[in-house]
Amino acid sequence: MQGISTLRRLFFSSTFIRIASAITTLFGISIFVFLVLRVIPGNTITGAFGIETGALNPQQIAELRHYYGIDQPMIMQYFSWISSFLSGNFGYSYATGRSVFALTKVALPVTIELAFIGTILGVIMGIAIGMFSARKPGSFRDFGGQLFGLLALAIPGFVLSTAIVTIMANKFHYFPNSLEYMAPWKDPWMNFQQMMFPGLVLGIAVAAPVMRTTRSALLETIDKDFVRTALGKGVPARKVQFKHVLRNSLIPIVTMTGIQFGYLLGGAVIVEKIFAMPGMGRQVLEAITRREYATVQSSVMVFAIMFVTINILTDLVYRRVDPRIK
Amino acid sequence: MSQPLLSVRDLSISTVQDPRILVNDVSFEIHAGEAVGVVGESGSGKTLSALSVLGLLPRGVEVSAGTIDFDGNNLLSMDQESLRKLRGLDISMVYQDPMTALNPVMKIGKQLLEVIESHEELNENSLDRVRQALEEVGIPDVNRAMESYPHEFSGGMRQRVMIAMALILSPKLLIADEPTTALDVTIQQQILALVAEERQKRNMSMLWITHDLGVVANLVDRLVVMYAGRIVESGSVKEIFTNPQHPYTSGLLSSLPTTTDKTRKRLTSIAGVPEKPWLVGNTCAFAPRCSFATQECRSQAPHLVGTLEKSVSCFHPVGRAR
Repeated sequence: MQGISTLRRLFFSSTFIRIASAITTLFGISIFVFLVLRVIPGNTITGAFGIETGALNPQQIAELRHYYGIDQPMIMQYFSWISSFLSGNFGYSYATGRSVFALTKVALPVTIELAFIGTILGVIMGIAIGMFSARKPGSFRDFGGQLFGLLALAIPGFVLSTAIVTIMANKFHYFPNSLEYMAPWKDPWMNFQQMMFPGLVLGIAVAAPVMRTTRSALLETIDKDFVRTALGKGVPARKVQFKHVLRNSLIPIVTMTGIQFGYLLGGAVIVEKIFAMPGMGRQVLEAITRREYATVQSSVMVFAIMFVTINILTDLVYRRVDPRIK
Repeated sequence: MSQPLLSVRDLSISTVQDPRILVNDVSFEIHAGEAVGVVGESGSGKTLSALSVLGLLPRGVEVSAGTIDFDGNNLLSMDQESLRKLRGLDISMVYQDPMTALNPVMKIGKQLLEVIESHEELNENSLDRVRQALEEVGIPDVNRAMESYPHEFSGGMRQRVMIAMALILSPKLLIADEPTTALDVTIQQQILALVAEERQKRNMSMLWITHDLGVVANLVDRLVVMYAGRIVESGSVKEIFTNPQHPYTSGLLSSLPTTTDKTRKRLTSIAGVPEKPWLVGNTCAFAPRCSFATQECRSQAPHLVGTLEKSVSCFHPVGRAR
């Protein structure tokens, strides 16, 4: 009896439910991405041979299909891939002749570093401008802040990236990204220069939604009774802004930051491509054009796992931010 | 009598945009050690009058005329920093709804400590003072309470915390804005007794705002009755209760339930609803609901005349006339 109730408590505990639902989500995504790749026209053969696929005779095509493993029934292909994914080797990349895990091990740190820099820059800018705006709603400074938010939201990352690359490379002959990518532990200064511009582009993209969320959350909190209490206690206005208003507005800001961070971890595909960063975004993009099923599937799974992890972490941050959340 | 501690003169409060008068020409004073109750219905301007003392009017509402003198200084012409230094130190406030008046994500102890921190350097005694302040208002297990968040307390306990917070620096004036309205009746009595006791102990002045005449009867020395943003009558509690002169005051008193009346009659009520303060023209605001109103009441506004002991704003005061 005791054992059953313990088991039952475990089964219904929020952590258990969260992890179980995360696993279900990941399983669903694995099937979805697998099927989508089979639905889009072309296959690994056309990906590798292009228009010359037409010159291959049926015998050769059959051999290639066998070589790439796409002669197997779908269900077998799925299990073959998912078992190699779960075993940690992630499948085989025909174009590079290496395991997808080996590719990911190189590409992932680039994407993670970029995502971190973009998110941190974005959160700092977003909160600062949001607070600046919310200080006096409807004023000229609010207009300025909101204009920034709108512009940052409206200007696509590829336009900003292309503009920066063009100006820096053409006018100033400065384009550190054309050199080989340097990890921060190998050459921190070079790494900083390579990360600076793509990080800024991503930061601006993150800043816009964070700024808007911050502004509206602050405006909602500012009229709360406890803010009046704090002012009535004689707490200086600036301190009230940070310790009472901002502190109580953090939940939506954390949510938005989590979403944006997860999004950047999903590979800022276009920005990585334009700045020639050897990250996950570029890895997926190239694998899609080559129809390297295992590479795409495994990379998407890595994105999904990171996204789900961020979600769980966000939930943990909620509990730190608001003691009422249990 | 000496100079009053708080003196509100001809105070008017209105909205900033599309000006609408919310409080019209209100004057009252509070002397050192004295407790004054402001009684009125919702929308009569009693809370706004109180908030204006601390400079905490909500956004979009401002003082449009008058002066508020505290200890000889005009609070309305004071700079922000000097006003801030008064808040919590010389004038404190307890609010209506204890469920929302405390910061939900800050520990109780920290919220009390913040009052001290805002007015003096913290030292090793500061935490002891917080502990003592909470003990005084009857919070059990103070050390645990200081590490708790507001949601772990009941409404009554939260209001005790609010009172501890308001009293921690022993202010000269406590403003209480219906602090018992949101509480159960039994808890109400406890809070009233607590405030009365603390006031006695410190010889503190108090401004108590309420819509319930019964609540303040034993708590304050003088009463100010407000109606539609105006003062209709003011005077000592004894005078108001035994000899109400304004028809509104006497109406309020006769609608109070009593425990001695055995006749099981329906409670009497004043017919009609209060006029919006900004819609009252140059007339007596109560005239539309008043059975004594004459042409005079509808053609000009009465003024508050009388002494500290007794003032009334009415052309046809009841009481002696009848």
